[in-house]
Amino acid sequence: MRPSSPATRWALVLLVALAAAPVLSALAGQMFYVFLLTKMMILALAAVSLNWILGYGNMPSFGHAGFLGIGAYTVAILSVRAAETQGGWLASTFVQLPLAAFFAAIAALVIGAVSLRTRGVYFIMITLAFGQMLFSLGEALEPYGGDDGMNLPLYATIGSADLSSGPVLYYLVLGLLVLALAGSHSLMQSPFGAVIRGAKSNETRLEALGVPVYRYRLAAFALAGAVCGLAGALLANQGGYVSPALAAWTYSAELVVIVMLGGAGTLFGPLFGALAVIGLEEVLSQYTEHWRIIFGPLLILVVLANRGGLSGLFRVRNNV
Amino acid sequence: MTLVLEQALNGVQLGVLLFLLAAGLTLVFGIMNFVNLAHGSLYMIGAYFAATFIPWSGSFIVGALLALAAAAAVGMAMEILIFRRLYHRDHLDQVLATFGLILFFNELVLMVWGPAGMTISVPTWLAGQVTVIPDVPYPAYRLAVLVAGLAAAAFLYVLVSRTRTGMRIRAGASDRKMAEALGVNIRLLFTGIAGLGAALAALAGLLAAPLRSVHAGMGEDILVLAFVVVVIGGIGSIRGAFVAALGVGLIDTIGRAFLPRTLDAILSDPIADAVAPALSTTLIYLTMVVVLAIRPRGLFPAPGL
Amino acid sequence: MNLRSIGILAVLGLAALAFWISNPPTQNDGVRIGFVTTLTTGTGVIGADMRDAFELALDHMGRTMGGLAVSVSYEDDAVDPNIGRQATERLVQRDDVHFVSGFIWSNVLLASYQAATDNGVFLISANAGPSQLAGEACNQNFFSTSWQNDQTTMAMGEVLNAQVSNVYVMAPNYAAGRNMISGFERTFQGQIVGKALTQFPDQLDFAAELSNIRAAAPEAVWVFYPGNFGTQFFQQYSQAGLLGEIPLYSTFSIDALNLPQIGDLVEGTQMTQSWSPDMDNPANQKFVADFRAKYGRYPSFYAAQAYDAAMLIRSAVEAVDGDLDDMDGLRRALARADFDSVRGSFSFGKNHFPIQDFFLREVVRDSDDVFTTRIVDVVYSDHVDPYAKDCTMQR
Repeated sequence: MRPSSPATRWALVLLVALAAAPVLSALAGQMFYVFLLTKMMILALAAVSLNWILGYGNMPSFGHAGFLGIGAYTVAILSVRAAETQGGWLASTFVQLPLAAFFAAIAALVIGAVSLRTRGVYFIMITLAFGQMLFSLGEALEPYGGDDGMNLPLYATIGSADLSSGPVLYYLVLGLLVLALAGSHSLMQSPFGAVIRGAKSNETRLEALGVPVYRYRLAAFALAGAVCGLAGALLANQGGYVSPALAAWTYSAELVVIVMLGGAGTLFGPLFGALAVIGLEEVLSQYTEHWRIIFGPLLILVVLANRGGLSGLFRVRNNV
Repeated sequence: MTLVLEQALNGVQLGVLLFLLAAGLTLVFGIMNFVNLAHGSLYMIGAYFAATFIPWSGSFIVGALLALAAAAAVGMAMEILIFRRLYHRDHLDQVLATFGLILFFNELVLMVWGPAGMTISVPTWLAGQVTVIPDVPYPAYRLAVLVAGLAAAAFLYVLVSRTRTGMRIRAGASDRKMAEALGVNIRLLFTGIAGLGAALAALAGLLAAPLRSVHAGMGEDILVLAFVVVVIGGIGSIRGAFVAALGVGLIDTIGRAFLPRTLDAILSDPIADAVAPALSTTLIYLTMVVVLAIRPRGLFPAPGL
Repeated sequence: MNLRSIGILAVLGLAALAFWISNPPTQNDGVRIGFVTTLTTGTGVIGADMRDAFELALDHMGRTMGGLAVSVSYEDDAVDPNIGRQATERLVQRDDVHFVSGFIWSNVLLASYQAATDNGVFLISANAGPSQLAGEACNQNFFSTSWQNDQTTMAMGEVLNAQVSNVYVMAPNYAAGRNMISGFERTFQGQIVGKALTQFPDQLDFAAELSNIRAAAPEAVWVFYPGNFGTQFFQQYSQAGLLGEIPLYSTFSIDALNLPQIGDLVEGTQMTQSWSPDMDNPANQKFVADFRAKYGRYPSFYAAQAYDAAMLIRSAVEAVDGDLDDMDGLRRALARADFDSVRGSFSFGKNHFPIQDFFLREVVRDSDDVFTTRIVDVVYSDHVDPYAKDCTMQR
């Protein structure tokens, strides 16, 4: 475990609070917060995956929400087949989640293979283009609602329960998020992670040392796509609904905001970012429907005021 | 055959509008190395200003000029307050900050001008049709947009390649420190470019407004396309932006005009219905991917970038 | 502003959030209604109109229903199904509303309705009318005070049967647009010489399609372009010189919201609709007159539908004498629709969609030279939507 920095301590406090939240909500009779925090954690999960490539790896993908879409639609297709054929196993969480991750990974391999030949703003534009193409694909899927989207006929099952239950989904997501964060730590401390991070600062040197940077990046991209697909599958089960809007560039932008706001390239940045963005959206929107006029400048101030996002608040010296 | 010509004219008109928007974007990006996502907001603000000043002044031309000046002022304010603090930062930080600007401006116009949006009527002296292609009455206004856009392109060309200011701009782009050492006031120059970019975006906005109405979020509708044009053309290259914009305009228009019917002939009706519109938009993105695959830095990458 | 102070601010902010979470906004003990509509983005004008109408209805009933005070919480969906869903969850779970209404867009409605109906909250759609909810997915807690997407265009098909033998069709390519066209195709018997589905929501320039229309030379053009799109389409149609040339028909493209801007261009064109401001029943006359007095403009059909939703809810609350826990009683009362609709007579089919008349309307100037619409003819009387037969609910 990393030496206990302030960021880590705050993050652990946060995770404990998240674990206790459903109980507290139930006591207060306010189950809406279970719904809200579930959404926050799922987005944090997606942000963790984006952080690997955007934060640590300097691959600024603006089409990442496309993988959310792939994961969500995998669930939708399986759910429809399960309802038609009474095939219980198709609706099982243990089938849906891995398949969602798998298909997202395949897509990421294809997209990454093409995109990773470019850099900087060109990479941004190509990934954005692919994201939009996935969005168009979703809209063209008439049997699954097209741009109307569709409601899932069945929720994913875990044993005898299913994910329509707030607390069940909540703890599943929390568990996956914790796993992802732990995995993120291991990954970035590993030799693989070292290449990804090294390529961010000096790619030429790594190449000169004979490291096939492109292949490492492609692997990281595929892994990030897979985890994001997982998040998409969870989102589909949370709302019981899928729509192509999920893959649009505006959601990709929201994920980028979450990663950057929380602190790109830091372990707990995605978590802080998701909490900040979802929390602020929720609180501010209760005061005025024009809350974005406050949120926008707030974003600008955060960018202007400090370099490391929210994680940067905790850091005195710049040690990742 | 006349239909093809007419659609080609439509495509060029759209291309010219895209060029106006892309030119400002590529200037700011190429010279100041700054990604301005809020460029679409300047397009929108220009349209809103025009929709306010034109009725107030009673003249399309006067109102338009006032709108351009006001938008340029906004652009320069943005540069002074925000852009200049972020030149040395990562592109992503710039993206994040300008994204915040988008959110801000979209809500601002709703609060100041109300939710109903506004319209700008085509000036009466342009409301008719002109027969440019035999047997085809073409909207005079669209022709005017075409002419205005080409005039702006010519102006930019002359500015950048034939004037002292243009020389300073090019100097600042290729080697900022050297230019500064030679006495060029880079700060002033950059502010000026931001203003120029804003004015170009505003021009695009107010020219498009009689066709597309004025509403919150209108910038984002076209922003992605503008970025595609900039990338295809090569960042920092105005010539590239011109060629790419015309290309994209033509591809988009011809695609929308003839693709559905072509698909109808090949595929069955319901499939063609669902696929055709999706394909038309995807076509632009595919073009970009193909271009970048062949020339990874766009068609005319500006030197030094 | 140094790091430390930002840090302290952040901690304070989080603390405030925690405190606020533990103290939900004070709730009124009477009737609580949630209203999900679009209040921001370029189409916010529709939501604003619906809110204005709902507020007028509340004024008319003295802000009480059956003796109970009424409170309404308006939420924005920003045309995003996920946001709409979250807003509905918030209204149902945190604000504990008894009714949810609003919903302009089909996709937002489809994403959100179960959050209400599965939790014993009635959902009254005041605009969106997707076929799923009219047919197989019909729901006992769902009611609509608008129409089903296919109906209005089915009426248009009938109208054009009598007038032309071929037509060129244009609509934006999204589910509602395609529904409109399929409704039209159910009844129109002539030839459709061209069908242009334009990219939604990005495409606002119709130059290519208008050129194709001119080349095809149809006897009439029929379009569906809601909100902003309508404004833009008609302006471009006029600029292309097609305005006097080819007769233009539309549905849901011209309303009180854009008439002030395009009235000159579309004067005399015809459309089909289930309501018109000139309907002469007492409820409508009062609604239109008071709306004009309070807001200075004519109400749109969106507004009329929202007004009816409020009145429908009141009729149900009064029927159960304010006993809001009597779900079955409320449901029966809602299904009876025993209120004075601005459409005159009003009743629900077994799928809880209205059985109503559809009219041919025309754009005219009123006595104050303001643009509005006026009924020319009745196209359908007591029309039932085509999906009702797929609904297996008992009344």
